Parts: sequence; C-alpha cells; structure tokens
Amino acid sequence: MQSLNLHDHGTPATVGASVTLDIDGAQVTVPAGTSVMRAATLAGGAIPKLCATDSLAAFGSCRLCLVEIEGQRGFPASCTTLVSPGMKVRTESEKLTSLRKGVVELYLSDHPEDCKECAAGTRCELHQVAQDLGVTEVRYGRDGANHQHSKVDESNPYFNFDPSACIVCSRCVRACGEVQGTFALTIDGRGFASRVVASQDEGFMDSECVSCGACVESCPTGALTEKSLMTLGQPEKVVTTTCAYCGVGCSFEAEVKDQQVVRMVPSRDGKANRGHACVKGRFAYGYATHADRITKPMIRSKITDPWREVSWDEAFKYAASEFRRIQAQYGRQSVGGITSSRCTNEEAFLVQKLVRAALGTNNVDTCARVCHSPTGYGLKHTLGESSGTQAFDSVMKTDVMLVIGANPTEGHPVFGSRMKRRLREGAKLIVADPREIDLVRSPHVQADYHLQLRPGTNVALINSIAHVVVTEGLVNEAFVAERCEPGPFQRWREFCALEKNSPEAMQAVTGVPAALVRGAARLYATGGNGAIYYGLGVTEHSQGSTMVLGIANLAMATGNIGREGVGVNPLRGQNNVQGACDMGSFPHELAGYRHLSDSVTRELFNGTWGVTIDSEPGLRIPNMLEAALDGSFKAMYVQGEDPAQSDPNTQHVTAALSSLECLVVQDLFLNETAKYAHVFFPGSSFLEKDGTFTNAERRISRVRKIMEPLAGLADWEATVGFAKALGYDMPYTHPSQIMDEIAHLTPAFTGVSYEKLDRLGSIQWPCNEAAPEGTPTMHVDEFVRGKGRFYVTEYVPTRERVNMRFPLILTTGRILSQYNVGAQTRRTANVEWYDEDRVEIHPHDAEERGVVDGDWIGVISRAGETVLRAAVTDRVQPGVVYTTFHFPESGANVITTDNSDWATNCPEYKVTAVQVVKVAQPSAWQKRFRQQNEQQLELLRAPGSHTAG
Amino acid sequence: MNIQNLVNMANDMSNFFNSAAGEADAPREIASFITRHWDPRMRSQLIEHGKSGGEGLYPATAAAVKLLVPPGPRPA
Ligand code: SF4
Ligand code: SF4
Ligand code: FES
Repeated sequence: MQSLNLHDHGTPATVGASVTLDIDGAQVTVPAGTSVMRAATLAGGAIPKLCATDSLAAFGSCRLCLVEIEGQRGFPASCTTLVSPGMKVRTESEKLTSLRKGVVELYLSDHPEDCKECAAGTRCELHQVAQDLGVTEVRYGRDGANHQHSKVDESNPYFNFDPSACIVCSRCVRACGEVQGTFALTIDGRGFASRVVASQDEGFMDSECVSCGACVESCPTGALTEKSLMTLGQPEKVVTTTCAYCGVGCSFEAEVKDQQVVRMVPSRDGKANRGHACVKGRFAYGYATHADRITKPMIRSKITDPWREVSWDEAFKYAASEFRRIQAQYGRQSVGGITSSRCTNEEAFLVQKLVRAALGTNNVDTCARVCHSPTGYGLKHTLGESSGTQAFDSVMKTDVMLVIGANPTEGHPVFGSRMKRRLREGAKLIVADPREIDLVRSPHVQADYHLQLRPGTNVALINSIAHVVVTEGLVNEAFVAERCEPGPFQRWREFCALEKNSPEAMQAVTGVPAALVRGAARLYATGGNGAIYYGLGVTEHSQGSTMVLGIANLAMATGNIGREGVGVNPLRGQNNVQGACDMGSFPHELAGYRHLSDSVTRELFNGTWGVTIDSEPGLRIPNMLEAALDGSFKAMYVQGEDPAQSDPNTQHVTAALSSLECLVVQDLFLNETAKYAHVFFPGSSFLEKDGTFTNAERRISRVRKIMEPLAGLADWEATVGFAKALGYDMPYTHPSQIMDEIAHLTPAFTGVSYEKLDRLGSIQWPCNEAAPEGTPTMHVDEFVRGKGRFYVTEYVPTRERVNMRFPLILTTGRILSQYNVGAQTRRTANVEWYDEDRVEIHPHDAEERGVVDGDWIGVISRAGETVLRAAVTDRVQPGVVYTTFHFPESGANVITTDNSDWATNCPEYKVTAVQVVKVAQPSAWQKRFRQQNEQQLELLRAPGSHTAG
Repeated sequence: MNIQNLVNMANDMSNFFNSAAGEADAPREIASFITRHWDPRMRSQLIEHGKSGGEGLYPATAAAVKLLVPPGPRPA
C-alpha cells in the first residue's frame, strides 16, 4: 500500500524536450517520453489504474486506464501510450466508463467480499476504483472458480501475503525486480491459475526475498500488508523523517497513530532513496520501544555497585561534580568525550562543544575514528574536502563502477539496489574484494572483473592499476594539466611506472592475476564515466589513509572527477558518520574540518562560545584508552557509542574502561560500555527528537519528532543539562537554534537552516552564498583545494603477518539484516534472518582442520581467542576467514589487534592473523563475558533500578 | 602511554612520508604531522624517548623527533 499522502502519477518521470497535447480540451505540456496517464495526472486529472504506479515502468496488464485518442482506433492503455505533439486525448466517455466497469467487476468477482476485515481499508486501490466508477454489484457473481480459500503466507515477520486479495497486477513482481533487484517473485501459471510465488514457491521467508518491503508498498490491495498495520490500524498522520541506520540516509514518511509508528514508507521524492528502503529502515524500528530501553537516569559510585535510579538533575549534578573533581585532581586534560554517528548533527555538535568549552579540553573524538577517519585525511589532502564528491543519483550516469572494499547490497542496501539497476542498464562493474560479494554474481548482474585480492594488499592493487594507467597512455593529460599540481603528479607518475608496481610484479603480493588487473584498469580508464565506490574494506587497514589517497590519485589521473557519473564515493557505515565528522568531533579540528592551529577560526569560536579553546590537539579514542591505562585519563562522556563492543582488542578496551573514575554513558540500552559506567543518561531514539542527519552524499535531512522522549529528555537536552551542571550555559530551546549556530560558525553550512530544509526537503553541503541550494557534485571547475594534489603511495605490508602459528587472515564485514554492534537490530525480528555471527571458512581450510559446517571453532589471534560457529563456503578464498561483528558474545573484537592506520589510528579490523581449531566449549573470554554480563544485569535489576518494560 | 605503540605509530608515518615526501623532507613532514595530530602528552613522551636513545625509531622518525617542539605549559 502506498504512502498516505502520495500523489501517484502512474508512470515514472522522464526527461526530454517539451511536448504539448490536448487532454479533455486542455493544453498540457510535458517532457517527451511521458505517458498519457502521467500527463493527465500532472494536469490535475486522474485516470483509473491498477497495474500502474510511478515507481515502476508501465506494464499495461489491467486494461483499466483506457482512453480515446483522436485518429487512433480502439481504446489504448494510457499508461503504455506515450504523448506526442498535438495528440488529442479523451479520458472520460460513456464507453470508457462501461469498459472500465467491466474490468473492475471481473476483478471484484474474485476478491474477498467483506473487505471490512482487510487492513488496507479504504486505501485499497481496487475498492477506490470501484467506488469512483460506481461499481456496487458484480454481474459475474462471486460463486465461480476463485482464489478465496488460498492460504495466507505469514512467514515473514513484518508482512503477510494473502493470495485471496491478490489481483495479479504484477506490481510486486516488478517492484522486486526493477526497484530492489532481487527478482524473488514470479507469476506462476497462466490465466486464471496465475498467482504470485516467492522463489520456487517456498513462501517469503524461505525464498530469496530480502524483506525490503518494495512489493508490500507497491501492492494496490491488501494482499501484501504490514503486520503492524493489521495490529495498529490506519494511521492518523504522516511525518517525514530520516532513517537512523546506514549512511544512505533514506527519507521516510512515518505513518503515525497515537505516537506509535504504524508504517514506514520510503518517500518517493526522497533524493537519497527515491522511494526505496531496506529491511532495517522500513521495518526494524521496534527497538525504539523495546522492553530493554532504560528510561531513567542512573548513577553508582563503583561499577560493582547496583545502579541507583535518580532524577535527571541529580544525574547531571553527580556527573558534573565527578568531572570537576577529577579535573581538579588530575588536571584539565584528564577528561574527554565521544560523539556519536548515530546521533544528530546538533547532538554531536553539542557534545564536542561541551568538551571544548565546558571542560576546556580537545579530548573529543567520534566513532568515525574506527571507520572512515582515513577518508577524511585522504580526500582532504588530495581534493581539499573530507567528503564524497557526488550525489547518489550520479550513479545513473556511471558507465564503469569500481567497487572497492564495500558490500553495498548488505551495508548500503538501497544504494546497492540503485547500482544494480544501473548495471542492468548496461554499466560495467569491477569489484575489488577478498570475498565474492553479492554484486559479483546476482540475478541479472555479473561483475566484469572480480579482483579477489588478499586482505591487506589494497595499496599494492591500486598502485598496479595506476601502473597500467600511466604506462599504457591512459592518463587524461588535459584534465591533469588543467586541474592538478604538476610537480606531485610527475612524481606520482614516475613512481607508478616503476616495474615493482606493475600488475605482474604485484601479483605475488595481491594474489590477483596480472591480466585481470590490466583489463580492469583499462576498463575504468577508458570505459566512459568511471566512479569509485568504497567502504571500510579500504579504510580499516594500516594503510587506510594511503589507500584513500591512491583512490583519489586514480580518479584525478583518469579525469573521473568533477561531473555527474564519476567521482570518489565513500559509502559511510552509520547514518551520521559524515555529519559527526563535519561537526568538529575530531580532537584536532573544529567544525568544518578546520585545524585548531587556525587562529582566525579559533577566535570565531572563542567569541561565540565565550571561552578560550586550547590550540593543542586532544586525544583520539585509542589514545584515550591508552591514557586511561597509564593513569592520565580518568573520565569520559560517551554519547551513543559502544567502544567496548565496537573497538578492537576488547580486553584492552575493557581494562581501560575499568580504570576510569567516572564514565558517563548515554544510550538507549545498557550497552557493553555501560557495564563499565558510573552514570547512565537514558538516550532517545530518532523517533523521539528533532534534528538532522548528514548521509554519505553530504545530504542534510531532517529528523522529526514522532513521539515524546521516553526518558523525558532528548539527547541534545541531556547534553545541555550536563553542560549547565558543569557551569556552562547552552541556552537552546530547539535544535534549529543549534543548527543556526553551526551555520554561523561553519563556511560550508552558512546557508543551512531548518526553514530551508523544510522548503527543499534536503540539502547537500556546501550550502552557502555561492551555492544557496547546496552542491550535488563537488570539484566541478576546480578542486576545493585549488589544484588537485597527487601523493606517492608506496605499498607497505602490515605488521600483522601470517606465520605457522597464525596461518589464516581474518577479515570482517556486515550483513543486511543486522546493523553494526546490533544494539538496535538484535532487538527486532531481524534476528529471524541472522541470530549469530559465524565464521566463513573455505572448504579446503575447513577440511584440513576437520571442520564441517556448523561446528564450533576457536579463532585465536595474537590479541585473544573466541569461539564461533563455522560456515563452510567458497565465498571466501583459501587462507582467509571472515566474520560479522553484530553480537557482543561473539567477541569478534577480542581477536582484532591494536594495529591501526598510520595517519588516523583507524583500527586494522580487516586483517588479523589467526588460527582456527575445532573446539567443544566457549573461550575463556566468552565465559568471563557471560558471567560479567549476568552480574551487570543483576545490578540493573536491583531495587531502585528501572527499565521501560 | 605504551611507548612501543607511540614508536610504531611514528615509524608508520616515516614509511609513508619517506616515499610520499622524499627522504630529505620526511622528518619535517613527520614532525609536522605529529604536532598537528597528537595530544601534547604523547608528543612529550616521544621527545623524551628520543632523548634517551630513541630505541626502535626508524632514521626518519628519529630525525623528526629531534624537530619536535615540547609543548608549552598547559592550562590547569
Ligand atoms: S520484500 Fe523485497 S525482496 Fe522480498 S519479495 Fe518483496 S520486493 Fe522482493
Ligand atoms: S538502513 Fe540504509 S538503506 Fe536501509 S532504509 Fe535505512 S538508510 Fe535506507
Ligand atoms: S494501469 Fe494501464 S493497463 Fe493497468
């Protein structure tokens, strides 16, 4: 069922020269390629329809949208007939009405008579059409052969399929193919026997369906319906907001009733998602009201004490007095804070403001430290701005996609679907990944090249691609001469040309056959618009920043930057990674990536905030943890982050957290880090507050409050309260005022305001005088830094080596249905798809160790040991094992090490040397973890403590 | 802080800057990078380590450490 406030034009928009035609006596001008149906609705009319909807190509099966066209015989379907100049169309006549009535009656004869039971209610398009046409009786009767006793498929946790209400319009089948790209549905049988089936008629849950919900939304009747709609009934209002999961940042129409979300429907005019969503954003919002939510502030003096529920005021006062005591005792620099990529821009901005202004230190960092910090470094130094260069829409003009270390269909599903759509249109694809990700081979998509490199050899690979570009005359000389600094380019060119960087020489390092590298390099450099998409498989390495520089070098050398269809596109993991970084969350930079040593900027902040900001950089997250262990760092304010689960070398992290004298955690749940906390500020979900998120394409979108904060305060209000208790006033009454301050202080945001966001829907920064409505494509005429700057990127093998003791390389990734540390998705029905982390191991390595699928295996590294179940698959190459990190008890980070990127300290999650052995019981760490977890839950349940349940 | 970690981090920089900036300029680049990105207590510790022999520092890193300026007194 469509969104409550959607005006459906029946067929998709097109671009083309203007065409004027006559519809029911009125002159209508539309782009060439527009259907008659769309032209009529754009002119304010409405032609009855069932099989058409404007998110799908016209199909022409229901024959309800018939019209009369002067000079044409018969009654053409308006959805499949394109406009032409001077065309004269009649959309209403007695004959048309009678034909349409006949069609509707036929449908109704095989449709449940008593629709009162149907959750679609008055929103069923079949019944609307019947009503509009005045069809009250069904001349054919309802007693003939029909589908009214078909069994309802209830297997999917979020929606049902009731074949008795299905009109076989094929909208779901087409949505699954065209929009989602999964092709899980087909129409089985012919004529009367035809029906919708999932995969080989296996039911939705056992089929290839990934539960994106596109079919549910496209269904015109109640055949495919959300379970939530059946339980809660029709919504009362619609609020436009933004998904709080991944960096795609999908826009949603939240349909709400009594402060409860009834349905989430992706906005068709949402510029990031163009009407699509994934199983997380569309369905997995139930964590917001989960019984595990903690809704009262709590304090305790030791982490072995029971939690004590207190008022907000008392919690603020206690935290503030502890921070001040600690600063008095150990010095001003003994405290710090962490901002969150899961919170809004305004909230991240306030936390770093609290740290810099109220605590007087630059010890503030953000979780991007452990994911995309190398992107910031690499792109700032080469191109001049710490962000991706394109809009997502740009991919529709891409001819060659180079996807490196990203798994878009799992990690950024809506954009993954968009990529697939473009690939089906004929774009070429190169995948550089140690694993065979879904994009390498899936229905109607096949990578032209899969460069299956060894983990840790990205830089060797990019250098060998660059070698081909510079030695085979594939450099875009005109672009480089005009747009880039000549000296560094020349040095880069000479470096790349060295024989040691050739694909043949590097083959021994990367494991990728030289011929494949040569072919891929030629394709990227000469195949038209080449766009690079990359993820954490690029950044989370000891040479993460070097690789980002290498990627930017390659894009500049081939002229693939500065227009639509090309560019360098980091796919950000969490919803607001870009935003949290933009907001000045790094210890060496103020908002807008301006270094603390820039005294003009510092003065601007000093004047606005009424303080003197320290000019020395502060500690990064790993440095804070190290400093905690050596006793010079004693208190930390962590908003919406869980380093005890997400950061590498868990035992090191928890030892550091245990040594803090005051740890303040602000979160929805008692997360792993909170188990080491002294103060707990109950957090608010994205449904409970106003604010903005900035997605991977620099798009700032509004988050709008749907329900009151369960804990009484939104996260930004709690930070304001904490600051006040520290003696620093932040007199905001609404997040829009925080955005006004951000705009005042940050050149790329000067044109941003809530009023403009409401008006435009969303804005891609930079948004200022030069670009009042934002900037979809960056570096168009010149780079932000002026001339593009090349860097020589020597490959340096990681310190983490395999040997006899640790012969395999462990690499990590994520899965569609779960999200990062899983705190949210583990508390939804998404666990029905994935309820434990497993270790993928190649059949050859498994056999050598006597391991079969499903066995418990110990994974041992230099840092620690954990036990997980084996998934034997040739998706990974021999010598490589792979796991996800969504469940805390898996301890994936017990085995990752302290190695990190040379420039940013982003951990080297993607390369850990391990041994794998068959075992019979959990690891020692897991036993300790379970015990400690139980103890902490006991302390939470102690009298005086309180949860939402 | 664990000095071995600081030494490793600084040495990793020399791996990059030796080739990216050239061996002659690498020490200056490393020193500037540390000054711009490291908390002063880490910088001080590395300077002290340099003074006491600089065990484990690569040549460019050792040269960079000599260029580092100790942090001034911090606000209390
Ligand atoms: S939910 Fe998505 S993947 Fe599943 S059948 Fe529907 S459209 Fe296809
Ligand atoms: S998780 Fe990402 S792709 Fe899925 S709905 Fe949310 S923003 Fe969109
Ligand atoms: S809406 Fe045109 S044929 Fe169905």
